[in-house]
This record gives sequence, C-alpha cells and structure tokens, in this order.
Amino acid sequence: MTTTFLVVSSLVKVLAILLITVGGFAPVLIWAERRQSAMIQDRLGPSRAAIVLPASAVSFIDRARLPLWRLAALTGIVAIVALVTLTFVAVKGSNPLPISTSSLTASLIAFGVASVVLRAGYGVHTMIVRNGGKIMLIGLLHPVADALKFIFKEDFVPPKADKLLFSAGPIIALIPAIAAFAVIPFASSLHWDYLNQVLPRTGELAGPVVPLQVASINVGILFIFAIASTGIIGAAISGYASDNKYSLLGGIRAASQMVSYEVVLGLTLVPAFMVYASLRLEDMTMWQHDHVWGIFVPPLTLAAVTFFVAAVAETKRVPFDLPEGESELVGGYLTEYSGMKFGMFFMGEFVEVVSLAALASVIFLGGWDVPFLYRSGFEFSLPFVAASYSVPVVHWLVVVIQFVVFLLKIIVLIWFQLMIRWSLPRFRYDQLMSLCWKGLLPISLLNILVVGAFILSGWLDGWVAFFEKLF
Amino acid sequence: MAVEVKVIKKPGRTVAEQVYLPEIAKGLGFAMGRFFKNTFGPQAKKDIDTVKYPEEKVEYPERFRGIHRLTQRTDGSPRCVACLCCSTACPAQCIYIEPAEYEPDDPRYGYERYPSVFMIDELRCIFCGYCVEACPCDAIRMDTGMHMPPSTSREHFLYDKETLLSIPGRDGSYLTANPRHEPGDETHPGIDRERGH
Repeated sequence: MTTTFLVVSSLVKVLAILLITVGGFAPVLIWAERRQSAMIQDRLGPSRAAIVLPASAVSFIDRARLPLWRLAALTGIVAIVALVTLTFVAVKGSNPLPISTSSLTASLIAFGVASVVLRAGYGVHTMIVRNGGKIMLIGLLHPVADALKFIFKEDFVPPKADKLLFSAGPIIALIPAIAAFAVIPFASSLHWDYLNQVLPRTGELAGPVVPLQVASINVGILFIFAIASTGIIGAAISGYASDNKYSLLGGIRAASQMVSYEVVLGLTLVPAFMVYASLRLEDMTMWQHDHVWGIFVPPLTLAAVTFFVAAVAETKRVPFDLPEGESELVGGYLTEYSGMKFGMFFMGEFVEVVSLAALASVIFLGGWDVPFLYRSGFEFSLPFVAASYSVPVVHWLVVVIQFVVFLLKIIVLIWFQLMIRWSLPRFRYDQLMSLCWKGLLPISLLNILVVGAFILSGWLDGWVAFFEKLF
Repeated sequence: MAVEVKVIKKPGRTVAEQVYLPEIAKGLGFAMGRFFKNTFGPQAKKDIDTVKYPEEKVEYPERFRGIHRLTQRTDGSPRCVACLCCSTACPAQCIYIEPAEYEPDDPRYGYERYPSVFMIDELRCIFCGYCVEACPCDAIRMDTGMHMPPSTSREHFLYDKETLLSIPGRDGSYLTANPRHEPGDETHPGIDRERGH
C-alpha cells in the first residue's frame, strides 16, 4: 500500500465523517429534537420555515404536473411489462418478446426507478402548489434559518471577559466531540481489489485493505476518554472567562459533574474490555461479529445500562443539564455566549449525542455487525438443524449494508436519547452526585467482579457457545 | 370521654418508586406512546392541536364580539336614526356621529334623522358591546365574526359609515333578522298625529 493511497483514503474518511456528523446529523438533530418534543406534546413543531417561490414558478410547476404524471404512468407500464415478461421467462423458460432477457432486466430497473422518481416529483409538485408556492420540507429548513441567524448575529464579548479564553471555549468544546469519531469503525474493512466479487466467508486476502475507520490505534477507547475529558476544559474555561457569576457557577458545575461521571464512564466499560480482551474498537466489533452482541452477554447488559446513564450525564443534557440549569443559573456557562459561538456549543452538544450513540452501538450493539450478514453475504441457519440458506452478496454491497445498518443503530440510539431528554425532569445537584458516587460507581465496581467471575468460571464461553448454537 | 383519633398514614413511596428505574420506564413508555401515535399513526388518530394559522382558521364562537357593522334597510340606507344612544353609552368614546335631517319631501322627514357621518375608531374601541345593547333600532351590531384586519397606519382603523355598512354579518347578510316597519307599510304605526298616517 502506497503512502499516497493511505493519505487520500484517510482524507476521504475524515471528510466523510465531518459530512455525516457536522453536516448531516447535527443540523437534522436540531430539527429532530424540536419536532420530537412537539410530537410527544401533541404539537406540530417547527414546520413554518419556507422558501417562497414566485407566482410564475408556481404556475410552471402546476403545468408540469400532468406531463410528469403521464410520464410516470408510461414508464411504470413499461416496467410492469418487463416484470411480467421476466416472470414469464422464469416460469416457462421461453421469451415471448424479441428482446434479450438482460436488456429486459436493465429496462425493468431503469424504467422502474424512473417511474418512482417521476411519481415522487409529481407528489412534490402537488405539495408545492397546494402550499401556495412554499417549499417547507416538513420543517427541515429551520436549522438552515437558525444557522443564518447565528452567523449574522452580533458576536458579543463581555467588556471585562478574558477575550482569548472566551473565544477558545466553544472551540475546545466542539473539537473533542468531533475527534471522538476518529477511532470508531463505520464498517468492516474494504478489500480494494475485490470490490465487485463475492468474498469467501473467512480467510486472508491479498491486496490493499482499507479499514473504514480514520485511526486504528491500540489505545482505542482510552483515546475517546482522553478526548472527552478535554471537553470539560471547554465548559470550565468558558464559564471562567465570561466574567459572570452565573457562568462561573455553571462552569464549576460542568467541571465537577463531568469529572465525576468520567470515572464511572471508564469503570462501566472495564467489563467490556475484559470480555472482548481488547481496547481497539474494531476488535470489539469483530468479537461481537464473531460471537454475540455485547448487550446479550448478561453482565454486559448491566454495564450497557450504567454506561448509557453515565454517558448521558457526560453530554450535560436533560435530565443532567445542571451546568446550564436556567431556573437557577440563567444559562450557566452559556449565559454570555451569542451568535456563532453559542452555535458552536450547540453543535458540540449535538455531535456529542451522535458520538455517544456511535460509541454505545460499537461497544454494546455490535457496531456495523448485521445479524446473518457475513463477508460472503447473508447466511441463515436454523437452530439445532443442519439446514441453511445463503444469499451471496458482492463485497461493496456488504460494506454499504453494514454502514447503513450502523447509521440506523446510531439513529435509534439518538432517538432514545431525545426521548429521555423530553421525558425526564432535571435532577437536583446532590441527587446527581449521589447517583454517580453512591449508585453507579459501586454498581460498576461490583460488575467488574461479576464479569471476572463470569469469565474465570467459564460461563462466558458456555453462554457464547449456546448463542452460536442458537443461530 | 376518650377522644377518637383517626390516624392517616403519610403517603410514602413504594419500593418501585424509590428504585426510580421502573418509574422512568413508565414515563418513557408514555412519552413514546404519544410520539408513535402522533408521528406514525393514521391521520384520524393523531391528537395534534396545532392550527396552521394563515392557512387554517378556527371559527370564532357564535357570541364573539367582532368588529362593528351598520345594518341596512331593504333599500340599502342605514337603519341608524342618529339617536346618539351608542355614542353616549360608549365607555371608550370611540363613536362619532353627525346627525342630519331627511329632505322635507322624504316621508321620514320630521320623524327620524340619519347619520351623515358615522365614525368608529376601532383602535379605541374596547369591544364591550354596550353600543349594541344601547341601540334601539338594531342598527349597530358586532356579529361579523371578524377581528380587526391588521394594518400599517392608524388612519386605517377609523371606520367610516360606508365601510361599516359594507361589512356583512356572519351569515353574509347586510340586514338583520328583526323586521323594520318603514313609513307607508301597513304595519307602520304612523309618522305623526298631525299628518295622520
């Protein structure tokens, strides 16, 4: 593997991650959080931001609707004819039309896709016309409007604030949240020379391998802890630099809360290291791919719950948002921030939500692992019977499926976090601390002992073997 | 005599509430139920109360006091006889009326007057409805079911006689349900004793 290849692939991966987190998840999350709360509370939520089209464009769109519908119908009919003919060929074995089967398949795909796209276009046009020329996109334009507002707002710095630290705070808070993605594997390794082939299920392959992960480093998860604890500095510094008592109190609260939960966060994951016998996140995913998802190993289930609680506390969001508790501290360490600096804190918070979901799914939900999907494709086997059924899938498609499923897992976990955020009331500060030091800490310490016993007694191997027999 | 004491136990927390996790699960379950119902449920089952205002409007209740209108006679002239009852009753003093006499050859001459100017300052009006109560002729009503349309200038809120006459009631009619006995009708009690009809 040449150095150029390595550099280019790494750059592509970094860009992809930035695009997914900062460009994709964070803005959508701003919308999703408001929309989800609205849905829980029987409201409609953000749905008013709109791009208003001029009347001439609306009348053009209105006139284009009928041709679109006709084209969709025509292409649909062609696709159906191709489908019927292909079924006929499959059943009878003879082709009634003077067209080859391969071009029939091609036209089925092409015309089917065209029909669906045209029909969707017709739907979109109808919606625009019905809204009187307003493109609303179910409220997805609100984050765009927010971003525009943030950019054009006054960038206020309090007169007696520490200018340098005040500006550094949001950056220090945002960067670690994104940097945590460096060690998270997004899919299994890509074998560059075999993209269009079905790979064997096991065995080494020659040729360049691209691990779909920015940095494969042996400290793995410890890197995430190190980076995450840098985020504390961001909150503490911005609280100190604001020259505001509320901000300072918020910064102190943030620092003490995050330091406390950092301890628990580390201890809850120790059982996971013990079971997976590695600190590398790709090895953890591989173990779960080979054996069973972490959450289905009994002591790790408890670890997953405690980890999730500690990690939600680590993101400083409701019900653990005491650092910015607006009922007591105005806005905590965010009080003096406005414009894009506040936007960066906001963004950092949402990226943290995404990275927490990614981390939890890598460690406990199998990461990119899809049940029954192996390197060679889908292989279903019935429990206790020797019968099995396999669907070979080409390599690039396997990787894409793994990536999409990984994103789905992240989305589900994010949804769950937002659900928690809108369901639970805020803790009192002493409750927060006693939950950490008197609740989660002893539980996670005990859990380490339990997992040790579980491994030494051989129950872990028995459990894994039982699961492998089941599937 | 012994005093009977009924001991009421202080409501404490059950073990499940003290552990906190089952209660969290309960709360989350409730919130999730609402979420799924309102997001993925069929349209009829959704409970969303939001009204998309400019596109959808909620009808005001039947007795809502909206902007005023002056009711008309069947010939289109105002029913108002310029008795000044409404402007006298108005606590906000927002009604200005200039009464005028009919021409001497008009059958209503000497019997009733008409308003040559009838002006309501809708920004001053407190929408108490006293003018409607005071009116003996059912000439001023607040049954339009409309609030004041917003505007950019204070002058736009001085509604003159023509404007007030041009606003229909909620049923679309410019008249009222109460019939009016015009001079010359069979049911009319007569204009004055001297002229004798």
